[in-house]
Amino acid sequence: MSIANYLVLAAVLFTIGAVGVLVRRNAIVVFMCVELMLNSVNLTLVTFARSTGTLDGQLIAFFVMVVAAAEVVVGLAIIMSIYRTRRSASVDDANLLKY
Amino acid sequence: MSETLPATGLLGASWLLIALPLAGAAVLLLGGRRTDRWGHLLGTGTVVAAFVLGLACTVQLAGLDERSVDVDLFTFLQTGSLDVRAGLLFDPLSAVFVLLITGVGALIHVYSIGYMAHDPARRRFFAYLNLFVAAMLLLVLGNSYVALYVGWEGVGLASYLLIAFWYTRPAAATAAKKAFVMNRVGDVGLALAVFVMFAQLGTTSYAGVLGNVGLLAGGTVTALGLLLLLGACGKSGQFPLQAWLPDAMEGPTPVSALIHAATMVTAGVYLIARSAPIYDASPTARTVVLAIGAITLMIGAIAGCAQDDIKKVLAYSTVSQIGYMFLAVGLGPVGYVAGLAHLLTHGFFKAGLFLGAGSVMHGMGEQTDMRRYGGLAGKMKITFVTFGLGYLALIGFPLLSGYWTKDAIIEAALDRGGVSGWLLAGVAVLGAGLTAFYMTRLMLLTFFGRPRWEGVDGNPPPTPHESPGVMTVPMIVLAVGSVAAGFLLVRVFPLADWLAPVFGPEAEAAEHVLPPLLVSVLVTLVVALGALVAWLFVGRREVPVIAPVRVSPVVRAARQALYADVVNESLLMRPGMWLTRALVFVDNRGVDGVVNGAAAALGGSSSRLGRVQTGFVRSYALGMLGGAVVIAGALVAVTAG
Amino acid sequence: MSTLASSMAAAADAGVQIGTGEAVAFWVLGPIAVVGALGMVFSRNAVHSALFLVNTMLALGVFYVVQDAPFLGAVQIIVYTGAIMILFLFVLMIVGRDTSDSVVETLRGQRVAATVLGIGFAGLVGAGIARATEGTVVRGLDAVQGGSGDAADGNIDAIARLLFTRYLLAFEVTSALLITAAVGAMILAHTEREPGSRQSQKELSRARFLTAEHPQTLPGPGVYARANSIAAPGRLPDGSPSAASYATGVEPQDVDELPPAGSLGAERAGIPHRGGTDAALGTLDGTGRDGGGNPS
Repeated sequence: MSIANYLVLAAVLFTIGAVGVLVRRNAIVVFMCVELMLNSVNLTLVTFARSTGTLDGQLIAFFVMVVAAAEVVVGLAIIMSIYRTRRSASVDDANLLKY
Repeated sequence: MSETLPATGLLGASWLLIALPLAGAAVLLLGGRRTDRWGHLLGTGTVVAAFVLGLACTVQLAGLDERSVDVDLFTFLQTGSLDVRAGLLFDPLSAVFVLLITGVGALIHVYSIGYMAHDPARRRFFAYLNLFVAAMLLLVLGNSYVALYVGWEGVGLASYLLIAFWYTRPAAATAAKKAFVMNRVGDVGLALAVFVMFAQLGTTSYAGVLGNVGLLAGGTVTALGLLLLLGACGKSGQFPLQAWLPDAMEGPTPVSALIHAATMVTAGVYLIARSAPIYDASPTARTVVLAIGAITLMIGAIAGCAQDDIKKVLAYSTVSQIGYMFLAVGLGPVGYVAGLAHLLTHGFFKAGLFLGAGSVMHGMGEQTDMRRYGGLAGKMKITFVTFGLGYLALIGFPLLSGYWTKDAIIEAALDRGGVSGWLLAGVAVLGAGLTAFYMTRLMLLTFFGRPRWEGVDGNPPPTPHESPGVMTVPMIVLAVGSVAAGFLLVRVFPLADWLAPVFGPEAEAAEHVLPPLLVSVLVTLVVALGALVAWLFVGRREVPVIAPVRVSPVVRAARQALYADVVNESLLMRPGMWLTRALVFVDNRGVDGVVNGAAAALGGSSSRLGRVQTGFVRSYALGMLGGAVVIAGALVAVTAG
Repeated sequence: MSTLASSMAAAADAGVQIGTGEAVAFWVLGPIAVVGALGMVFSRNAVHSALFLVNTMLALGVFYVVQDAPFLGAVQIIVYTGAIMILFLFVLMIVGRDTSDSVVETLRGQRVAATVLGIGFAGLVGAGIARATEGTVVRGLDAVQGGSGDAADGNIDAIARLLFTRYLLAFEVTSALLITAAVGAMILAHTEREPGSRQSQKELSRARFLTAEHPQTLPGPGVYARANSIAAPGRLPDGSPSAASYATGVEPQDVDELPPAGSLGAERAGIPHRGGTDAALGTLDGTGRDGGGNPS
């Protein structure tokens, strides 16, 4: 048992979140996957803070949480706005940005 | 070159010689249909006026001490060190040509009034004729090679327009293109010669160039001479550029008479005569002129023997006779006068012959095949007589025009001495015999024998009739000229004395190789022999209406004009077309291919790359993850290493 | 601060051994977190996904606490699990929780590529971590915050000290970010309406009845009817018989209707009113029994 366990767990969670972003089409679920990725990064930050013996990692994890909160608020508002106009929460339906 | 005088009196107005026909052409071309009713009269009037003016100028010139007048007009080109003054040089040589051009030209204009009476485009015809006369006069009157070149191209244009006058006929359009292209070949030579002059001497005026030939290197002079000769060959239908002239007979007959017999095709002779100092300085170029003259003489004579088209016979005859002239001017000082005299008499009798041929065609419903003539002597008496006089003059019947001038050439060739002299004289005599043969054949086929003019292709047979007076009068005048011109030019008003200011006093041969009288008798005998052979072949026997197909290779070659067209096509046209096709291919596939290919590759790849932009966020995210994997892999690889 | 530096050096020498308790916590909660993450990705129902994610986040919060970050652990549970995930659920309910994804993948090769890339990424990062952390000494946070070490402050005090000194600017900028996000969310989620344009229920129904010829649904048998006879037509709100309710083949006729006159409570109580039972229903111009219904 070492801190590498935490880090590998974080990597696994991050990967699961990334794959979720890629395979899910419900915008809210995709958003949740992003949150999972942010959380896994937070876990690495906390782990490294402990490993290096400084609190800066925890501080950064704190800021990540704050930024994530702001991001979630705005993101969900955008999702709702899109849903109101398009009656759909699927990310595949918003595909006008193309060639 | 003798000194020139500033223009005074009537000579100062000699620019009107050019301006009058040019104005006529402009009025007729720009006036359009409004001038239809009186256009032919205006066109004829300007040329007649030019003739009168030219005659007056010549008389005045004859009274001057120095018979050479320079008429300075205006600055034509001024760029850098090149300063071309547009000016006219009125000297005995120019005067001779002016009289020939305007005199014969006026007669042919009159003739054309009748000949083209039924053509709806008669006004256009006269406009082109006037344009031609103006350009031709500029050619012979210009005082520099640039002015000559302008006139040279002008007559080329007029020739093209007139050959293609009946442009709805494919044959006429093709012949015009052929003439234009082959003339361009020669014109390139003339243009290069002018460039060489400017590059070497800094001037293009006759005075500046011909007076300073001695300053040039020998090779340059030879090159100059050969380039000028190339130009002369193109314009005069000389070997190897002779093939266009017979085809040019697709134009109306007056055009054949004026441009392609009397005047324009002799421009090459004029050019060589005018450039005499250059050829005096380059024996090599002079020898080439001689050789080309001799070769062309024989080619024309041989080809003329086997043609069935009356105008083609005359055309090959023209080629052959101009070959005589080239031969003469190639002989040097002893030959210039003889060549120019032959040029003048040839202008008379060949124009007369063409007009006679036109009259025959006019009466025969535009039929040109001699095998469908026969026995016309009684139907067209005036035409027969005038044509017969022209015929006699051409073959060199004693005391008629051709006799005086052609014999002079043969004598001059003989006086050259040595093997070459005998060879050239032999060729000339043989040519005279052949001339007698084909012209006698033409006479017999056309005017004697059984009438063979049954209808063709279901048309009713033509009713031969004499042409109107407006056509016969010029023929009579020219016939008189054919009879008398030689005697007048040699004995009464010696051309040699008249041209002495240009070519210096006549260089009398120190000693004749053979006595002149003996030469004359000899030539006359050969001519008689040729005529006799023609009678044996044609006059004595029944002439088939359809040309026999199974003939000897010699006849076949002569019918094909010694395969000049075949040679041109296989040696020049085909490779040219291959080259063109190859270039087109390279241009389309190579040059365009690179450009278009680059554009297509760019467009194709960008549209394919654009497909990556599906608009699906998840696709983009996949790309991001792929990038992250690559970065992680790189990091691992780096740390592992 | 000199004491702090010296204590850090001392801790670095010793290192921190990860105890058995922590290992047990990791091996119990780690799989739970992974299962929660997988469940979130693979649940077709978005609400289930959210609940799985809550599960994972709770596990992560415990991990924070275990790793000497109790403050972050608390924030994780309160902010993330408590606030953010509830917000997610709210939006899910608004958007419609039953819009579950279809199983069919529309993008060709997306799932395969995502899986391959994901496994490759996890493998590479895992290998990298294993290589990088081999032999590193875990210093622990005892030197800078409370616990078994000699630091004067606890975790929260230490974080606060850093937050309001070295990270003050970032902290303030974060506040600006939060304000901006709040305003932005309001603007995005807000739909503009004219003030007073919202109509009351009464206004809506009156407008409906006044404009349409048949403002209500066609009356079924028995609706508004005050008689049991099939010959009695249905009544429209103004009391007139509805032609649309006539029974087929039966002549409509007047029958005794219910309720009989005088059965109304007001009548029984002797309160004066205009007209009978039908009049009590009010009239079209809004004047009812006692003038009520007039909005003024």
